Amino acid sequence: MAEPLVVPSGYRRDDGTVHPPLDYAGYRSTALRAPSEPLILLPHNLTELTGPLLGEGRVSSSSADLSVQPGGEALGQRIIVHGRVLDENARPVPHTLIEVWQANAAGRYLHRVDRHDAPIDPNFTGVGRVLTDDQGNYRLVTIKPGAYPWGNHPNAWRPAHIHFSLFGRAFTQRLVTQMYFPDDPLFAYDPIFNSVRDERARRRMVSHFDMDATVDSWALAFRFDIVLRGRDATPMEQP
Amino acid sequence: MLGLTPAQTVGPYLSIGLPWSDGPLVVPETDPDAFWVRGVLRDGAGEPVPDGLIETWQADPDGCFAHPDDPRGRHTSFRGFGRCPTADAGDWAIRTRKPGRVPDREGVLQAPHIDVSVFARGLLNRVVTRIYFADEAEANDADPLLATVPEHRRRTLLAEPTGGGYQFDIRLRGEHETVFFAL
Repeated sequence: MAEPLVVPSGYRRDDGTVHPPLDYAGYRSTALRAPSEPLILLPHNLTELTGPLLGEGRVSSSSADLSVQPGGEALGQRIIVHGRVLDENARPVPHTLIEVWQANAAGRYLHRVDRHDAPIDPNFTGVGRVLTDDQGNYRLVTIKPGAYPWGNHPNAWRPAHIHFSLFGRAFTQRLVTQMYFPDDPLFAYDPIFNSVRDERARRRMVSHFDMDATVDSWALAFRFDIVLRGRDATPMEQP
Repeated sequence: MLGLTPAQTVGPYLSIGLPWSDGPLVVPETDPDAFWVRGVLRDGAGEPVPDGLIETWQADPDGCFAHPDDPRGRHTSFRGFGRCPTADAGDWAIRTRKPGRVPDREGVLQAPHIDVSVFARGLLNRVVTRIYFADEAEANDADPLLATVPEHRRRTLLAEPTGGGYQFDIRLRGEHETVFFAL
């Protein structure tokens, strides 16, 4: 047996009210893809308490601005999306990579599988990357995505959203989510949004209109703060 | 305490945003000790999942992590991270080296393992599993996590040696369903 290690404390576990269940009848694709066996508890050891810190070199000055391509400007409502990445203990998550992807203003993805009868925008790829600063802040420029139909049920439309992928600083903190826009009339009809059963948790996926962050004569702004898992407890101090 | 942001599915268009050209290369392609871990991601009907993403995280061959929270303080430049979208036949691959054994909190050495996240349309959150290596029988027999997995399901966590690499198929649901963990 090796020397016992002073392993940092683990991360708080979801009490089952925040994340959506994997098996959710309203979202048809879960039926064949959600595991049926119960999950087995994975203790938080070093593999789980560490994770890739790979932001540097994955972003550039242009990767945080989705609204401009070499060929010109994307069509649509230009917006600033900004916010802060924190953990549950309100500690900022610095220098962490955020990856985003989204549909264009007409609700069409630049993807071979997307057959929605809406135009491609030659000046919009819909992919962006940004690093948080040392206080966990990030800022993106993009255009507001359109809603789009998705065939889950008759006349199914996804509310406008931006996909967000975050690494945090540990394997436990990895999160992929979607940012929504305030007061979307499609919320009530969307099973993916409503797969999060707690109303307060659902609201945390909805950005806020942020007048203070708008730029006069140029762009509207939305604030989206993201909270990743925090450590369960501080390690016991020796008396 | 702040409320956690809920997870949502990556949806069918994840390949717009998530793949990296060097994603599958946990180690440089020129590393003479590297091998491919290949697998096929399948759904509950046994059909390939062509719109998934596999991510891996592991220690270096000495069992160390390129991370400040590794209390052993040894610095490694080992990337440790791999990422590969699934292709039309559900297939994915990462190029890596076998991780060293990492002690747990009690100092018990775990068997060599790679943590895995699976993302896909139809998964409202990632699912998490671990790759162990079938040719590490002795270490696997002493692994504290494998000991908590029902014996008849353990082989779903074992990558099988193939010519020069390993095969690790992932079945999301149904017959021979892969063991997934609550993280």
